[in-house]
Amino acid sequence: MSKPHAIIIGAGFTGTATAHELALRGFDVTVVERGNFVSGTSGRTHGLLHSGGRYCVKDQESAIECIEENYILRKIVPDVIEPNGGLFVAFDEQDLAYEETFIKGTQECGIPIDELTKEKTLALEPNLNPKMIKAYLVPDGTFDPLRLALAFAATAKSNGAEFLLYHEVESLIQDGNGNVVGVKVWDRTSNQRNEIRGDIVVSATGVWAGKITAMVGGHVPIQPTPGVMVAFDQRLIERTINRLRKSSDGDIILPQRQMSIVGTTSYEVEDVDYNPVIEDQIKQMIDCAIELTPVAEHTRIRGVYTAARPLIGSGGPGRSLSRTFKCFDHKETDNIDGFVTITGGKATTCRGMAEQTANVVCDKLGISVESTSKEVPLLSYRKYYTL
Amino acid sequence: MNSKKWTVTYIIHRQKADEEKHFDRFTLEVSPDEFVLDGIERIWAYQDRSLTFRHACHHSTCGACGMLVNGVEKLTCITAIRDVTQDGGTIRVEPLHNFPVVSDLVVDLAPLYARMDEVNAPTVMPVSSLPDSAGGIDGTPEPPKFDNEPILRLIDCIECGLCISACPVQASNPDYLGPAIIAAAHLHDLGKDTELCNLLEGEDGVWRCHSAFECTAVCPSNVEPAWRIMEVRKEMVKLNFQKLLHSE
Repeated sequence: MSKPHAIIIGAGFTGTATAHELALRGFDVTVVERGNFVSGTSGRTHGLLHSGGRYCVKDQESAIECIEENYILRKIVPDVIEPNGGLFVAFDEQDLAYEETFIKGTQECGIPIDELTKEKTLALEPNLNPKMIKAYLVPDGTFDPLRLALAFAATAKSNGAEFLLYHEVESLIQDGNGNVVGVKVWDRTSNQRNEIRGDIVVSATGVWAGKITAMVGGHVPIQPTPGVMVAFDQRLIERTINRLRKSSDGDIILPQRQMSIVGTTSYEVEDVDYNPVIEDQIKQMIDCAIELTPVAEHTRIRGVYTAARPLIGSGGPGRSLSRTFKCFDHKETDNIDGFVTITGGKATTCRGMAEQTANVVCDKLGISVESTSKEVPLLSYRKYYTL
Repeated sequence: MNSKKWTVTYIIHRQKADEEKHFDRFTLEVSPDEFVLDGIERIWAYQDRSLTFRHACHHSTCGACGMLVNGVEKLTCITAIRDVTQDGGTIRVEPLHNFPVVSDLVVDLAPLYARMDEVNAPTVMPVSSLPDSAGGIDGTPEPPKFDNEPILRLIDCIECGLCISACPVQASNPDYLGPAIIAAAHLHDLGKDTELCNLLEGEDGVWRCHSAFECTAVCPSNVEPAWRIMEVRKEMVKLNFQKLLHSE
């Protein structure tokens, strides 16, 4: 019997991780991506390897996914991670009032924490605002976005997956029953148009999932929710610094190489092909950075950018939507077979998203192969180019 | 932030498959505080969907968006429009030199990745073991450790290829190892790696450099490849001298 052929749309974190997962399980995999790796939301992440601490009170499902996947990524792809932990820092009475809730949340989600005195915290992070009162250490980290995706892609490629970059999906091919049997793509490097047929099409298109699904009259409840981030030209801290309070705008600053990134805001849009930076929000982010690390006031700004989160479920405001992910089998949601959408989630949980998507795909095709991706170390990101 | 808008014209290198290369002009309204990449992305979004370019992080940590801006190697995501043109002016954007062009502004960086692998370039190192950089830029001081766990940091080189594109030696000798690669080799203990020393001392190694220092001029990530090339040369002389002493 020949191998089943999966076509994956999108080479962000989810698409590359799903390519790896399906290649491990014996599929022929073709990834079509309209840009290059992580040129949508994934690349523009602030790069937080979540411990789950940010979600352990309001969104425990996401928090548990994060801590589990955090440990797995540390093990399978250490060469793209700064694994130095993170702090949740209390600055005022209001923050302290959140302390008990936070501790209870971390316990319920299995996130290990260490309480640090003011003195010890400031010894670890001398640039922190000295008004801080106390802090909790959590196993946060940061990662290099492009290299994380390339590591999944390199490993997938070594197992036979093919990546077609600058190939934009213009339509989905349907059979006489309306089921999806392939994609029509436009190769933007040569201006050629081609058809690719497969046994299953997986849309891993994040905030664009609605657009792809609409091509066949289907629907996914995705709310693109951009946020603005500012990069400072100094490594002001060695660990991720979170404000000890309910997640809100501008309450996190992260180290990355010789930079610090402060994030982020949250607003909703319809069209996400271009997300303008909103100037008021830049000022808001700078003020937040100064509040956490006063020396930011005298630090040059290096870059300003926007990334659109794919949050699931419309209705409530962005902050209240879950960060968890969801895999939609369009046979169940729209009576269209051969077509699956995976969206939502976090970069941290991309491997878990891939595993569950592959489970759905295997079920649909009547294939029984266990996932091994928790244990398989990824190849160096450079191998994508040198294999 | 200055909210007064400018009108600028991008002059963009175009080339598909076997086509002859040419330049297309796109005029758009921008804020001078926006970055060159923002304009390129808007041209793709609203004017010409066939335009291809590389980009990912938009804050200079991934190295994907290196291009020539008015003839100079830049990471377009952190190059402010204000710094390269004026209201009513032009911005000329071309693919990096010394790499094969895939299409439009996209080059194939595979040769760079292959050579970085050849010298086993490290990716994450303890902050305390990273050498200080030269030229008055302080390296990160060694931070206090937590329970004896070393603080690890992604090394500064983002493998963007700007130094390779700017290097005059690379242009005339494609086999030259190149600035980023020698800079990465500098992070190793060369005294313990004979194979690497042989590569660095070979005819396409450190002695090829003409000290143009273009690499350091364009490096967006504080790597200072030229300084590191000079440091590797000193190390080579030292190691060879020691070898000579021990052989007598």
